Amino acid sequence: MINLFVDCSRYLMILMMAVYTYLNFRYFSAGEEQRKGLCSWQNRIMFLMHFLAYMIIYIKTEDPRMAVFYGAQVLFFMAYILLYRLFYPGSSRILANNVCMLLCVGFIILSRLSFGRAARQFIIVAVSGAAAWLIPMILGRVWQLSKIPWVYGLTGLGLLTAVYFVGDTSFGAQLSISAAGVSVQPSEFVKILFVLFVAAMFYRSTGFKQVLVTTAVAAAHVLILVASKDLGSGLIFFVTYLAILFAATSSWLYLGAGALSGCGAAVVAYRLFSHVRVRVSAWKNPWADIDNTGYQITQSLFAIGTGGWLGMGLYQGMPGKIPVVSKDFVFAAISEEMGAMFAVCVLLICLGCFLQFIMIACEMEAAFYRLTVFGLGIMYITQVFLAVGGTIKFIPSTGVTLPLISYGGSSVVSTLILFGVVQGVYVLKREEEE
Amino acid sequence: MRLFEKKTSKKQDSAKNSAKKSNKNILRLTYMIVVLFVVMIGYEGYFLFFQREDVINNTYNARLDSFSDRVVRGKIRSSNGTVLAETLVGEAGEETRSYPYGPVFAHVVGYSARGKTGLEAAGNFYMLRSHINLVERTVRELGGGKNPGDDIYTTLDVELQQAAWDALGDRKGAVVVMEPDTGKILAMVSKPGYDPNTLNQDWDWMVEDVDNQARLLNRAAQGLYPPGSVFKLVALLEYIRENPNGYEDFHFDCDGIYEEGEYSIQCFNQTAHGSMNLKEAFANSCNGAFASLGLRLDKGQTRKTAEELLYNSQLPLAIAYSKSLFQLKEDGDVWETLQTYIGQGKTQVTPMHTAMITAAIANGGILMKPYLMDHVEHAGGETVRQFTPQIEKNLMTAEEAAILTDMMAAVVTMGTGSAVNTEGYTVAGKTGSAEFEKGRETHGWFTGFAPADQPELVVTVIVEESGSGGKTAAPVARAVFDVWFGRGF
Repeated sequence: MINLFVDCSRYLMILMMAVYTYLNFRYFSAGEEQRKGLCSWQNRIMFLMHFLAYMIIYIKTEDPRMAVFYGAQVLFFMAYILLYRLFYPGSSRILANNVCMLLCVGFIILSRLSFGRAARQFIIVAVSGAAAWLIPMILGRVWQLSKIPWVYGLTGLGLLTAVYFVGDTSFGAQLSISAAGVSVQPSEFVKILFVLFVAAMFYRSTGFKQVLVTTAVAAAHVLILVASKDLGSGLIFFVTYLAILFAATSSWLYLGAGALSGCGAAVVAYRLFSHVRVRVSAWKNPWADIDNTGYQITQSLFAIGTGGWLGMGLYQGMPGKIPVVSKDFVFAAISEEMGAMFAVCVLLICLGCFLQFIMIACEMEAAFYRLTVFGLGIMYITQVFLAVGGTIKFIPSTGVTLPLISYGGSSVVSTLILFGVVQGVYVLKREEEE
Repeated sequence: MRLFEKKTSKKQDSAKNSAKKSNKNILRLTYMIVVLFVVMIGYEGYFLFFQREDVINNTYNARLDSFSDRVVRGKIRSSNGTVLAETLVGEAGEETRSYPYGPVFAHVVGYSARGKTGLEAAGNFYMLRSHINLVERTVRELGGGKNPGDDIYTTLDVELQQAAWDALGDRKGAVVVMEPDTGKILAMVSKPGYDPNTLNQDWDWMVEDVDNQARLLNRAAQGLYPPGSVFKLVALLEYIRENPNGYEDFHFDCDGIYEEGEYSIQCFNQTAHGSMNLKEAFANSCNGAFASLGLRLDKGQTRKTAEELLYNSQLPLAIAYSKSLFQLKEDGDVWETLQTYIGQGKTQVTPMHTAMITAAIANGGILMKPYLMDHVEHAGGETVRQFTPQIEKNLMTAEEAAILTDMMAAVVTMGTGSAVNTEGYTVAGKTGSAEFEKGRETHGWFTGFAPADQPELVVTVIVEESGSGGKTAAPVARAVFDVWFGRGF
C-alpha cells in the first residue's frame, strides 16, 4: 500500500507542478481579475504539493521532526504570501508565489538529502525573508538610491578584494569569509550592489567617458573574481554588465565589442588556467576520466537518466552519489527523484520569474529603476542557466548554485533581497499610478 | 509623477523615446535568453529520449543495482535462444545466477557476483528492466513481488564456441569468430577459463593467481600479444600504399638469415626461401624479405597506417578490452625498425583487434562495429530493442582489401597456412609465430576468413607457447570453419 501511495503521489506532484507552471505562463495573457484567480489557484496547488511531499518524507523517515518542520514551513509560506498582500497591495503576487514555490521545492529536496541542512536553510530563509520583506518599505522612503553609485561600486570592490586576500578556499576557489563560526560569501551580495552601481552610473549619463569609467570598474569586479578562481560569478557579472550596457546605451557597437572581448577573455582563461581546461574537458568527454574529473558530471547524468521523465520517487534514488548535490547539482537530485518533467517545470518557473522581471522593467519610465530591475533579472537568469546547464552537461560546469533551491545561506539571502528589490520597485510604480 | 517632477516636458519626451528604444533592446535580449532556455530544455529532452539508455547502462552507475529489488535479473541467451546465464529463484526467494555452460562462455558472458564483466556488465541495464504486460507488472509490484527482467539474445553461436573451446584443448589462448559483413561476434573463447558458478569460492585464489594462469583475464579482448608475422598484413598494406604501381616488382633472395650491418634477422627455423616476389614472400612469411622491405618504408607513414587500423586507439567494443600498441617512431633505430616490420619489438595487439582488421579486409575495407547483443526480449517473447549492424570505419580502400585478400589466399594455397587448405571451402589467412621471451616457444597466430571470395566468417586464433601458428593455431581455425561450412548453407 505504501508503495502504491508513494508512486501515485509522485505522478500527482508532477501533474500539480505542470498545472502550476501553466498558470505561471497563462498569467501573461490574463486580465486583471483573472490574474487574481490564477494566483489563488497557484497557492492551493503549492500547499497541496507541499503536503503530499512531506507525507512521503514522513512515511519514509518516520521522523517526528519532519512533521514539526513541515508545520513551520507552512506558517512561513502563509506569512510570506499574506504579509506581502496585506502591506503591499501593489506587489506582484505571482512573484511572491514563485519565490514560495521555489523555496518549497528546495526544502523538499534538502529535507530528503539532509534534515540538518534543510533546517539550517529554513532558519536562514525565515530570518532573511522577514528582512527582505522590509525592502519595499525602505525603497519607498529612500530617494537617494540613484545618487550614490560609488558607494555601491567601492563597497563591492572592497568586499571582493577582502575575499581575495583572506577568503577560505573551497573546491579550489576563494569564495567565503568566516567570522564567529558563520561563513559568508560576499560575492552573492556584491551582485546586487554591482547592479545598483551600473544602473546608477548609466542613469546619470551614457556618454563615452561614463561608459569607460563604468566598464573599468566592472572589469575590476570580474578580474578579482577570476583571480579568486570564482569563474562562475565572474561570468555572471560579465554577462550582466554587458546586458545593462546594451539596454542603457542601445549601442550595438558596445555589445559587439563586449561580446568579442568576452570570447577573447574566455580563450585566455582557457590557456592560462588549468582548472578551466579541466572543466572543459570534463564537459566534452566526462567518460574519458570517469574516476576523477568526469565523476561529478557522469554521476549527475546517471541520476537524471535513471530517474527519467517521471523520476524514481522520493527516497528511491541515490542522489547522495553526486558530489556537492545539495548545492551546485541540486537540479540533478530533483530530476532523479521527482522526475525530469518536474525539473523542467522548475526551470520554467525560474524563466517565468525572469519574464516577470522584464515586464516590470519595461513598465519603468525612470532609467535607474528600469536598468536595476533588468540587471537583477539578467543576473538571476544567468545564474539559473549556468547552474542547470552545468548539471545536464549542456555547458561546462561552473559551480554556481540554483537560486532559492540550492543549499547555501548567502545565495538564498541575496536572492531573497534581489526579489525584494524588484517587488519594491514594482510597488513604487503601482503607487505612482494611483 | 514624482520620479520626473523636476524635469521639463521636453526632457520627458526625450526620456520616453530613449525608454522606448531601451525597452526594445531589453526585449531583444529577453528573446535570446528564452531561445537559449528552449534549446537547453530541448537538449535535456534529447538526452532523455535518445542517449539515456546508453548513458545509464554503465558499471559506474550504482543506481542500477537497486533495480534488482523489483526485478529478477533476465537471462543471457545464445543467438538461437539457448540459455547461457539465468537467475534461479529458490523457495525462500533467494537468487542464484547459474551458468549452464560453465567455463565455455565464462569470459564473454562474464559474471555479476563480484562486480560485473562481459555481457553481464554490458547488458546489465536491459536485464534489470521488465517490459512484460503493464497490468501484470503493476499487480505484481503492488503485491510486493518481483517481475521477470528482459532477456538478452546475443550473437553468440553455441556450436562455434564449443568447437573453438574443444579445439584449443588444454592450451592457453583465445579464439574470436566474427561475421565480417555485420560485425556480429559469433564466438569468443579465452583459455584457461574458470567456472562462473563457483566464482565466490574460487575468487581469492584466482585473484591472487596462485597457479599463474590469469584465469579471469579475457585473453580474446584484453590479452596483449606481440603480433609476429600477423603484423605483415600492416607492413604489406603500407608497402602497397607507398608503391602503388611498383609493389609487384618486389624481389628478394632469402638464404634463411638476413643481415643488415651488425644485425641479423632469421626466418622461422632458418628456412631459406630462395628467390621470391612479394606474394611469395608474404605467403612464406619470410622475415628477411619484410625486414628489408621495412627499412625502405616511411616510419611516420607506417605509424599513421597502423593508427588508421586502430592501433593506439579505442576500440568500438562494449566489453572490457586493451588498446593495441604501435610504438615505432620516425627516429626509431635500425634494430627496432627491423623488429617492428616482422611483428616483434614493442608492438602489441589483442586477438579481438586482429579479428577486426581481418574482418575489414574481408568486407572490402569497411569495418563493421563488432557487437554481441542482437536484441532484447521481454519474458512474454516480444522484442523490446533490436540492435542492428553499423558501419564503424573505413580502414582501407576496396582495392587494397582485394589485393590483401589475394595475398592471404596465397598464404593458404601455397604458404604457411596449408593446415586450412581444403576442398570444401576457400580460405584467405595469415599465420604468425610470435617470440615473446628468449628460449621459450613462440605464440602461434592464425587469422583469416572463408570463403575467400565471398567471406562469411572471420576466425582469429592465438595459442600461447605452442610453436608455429601454421601448425598450432591454423588447425583450431579449421575446426571452427568445418563446423560452419558443415551446416550446408
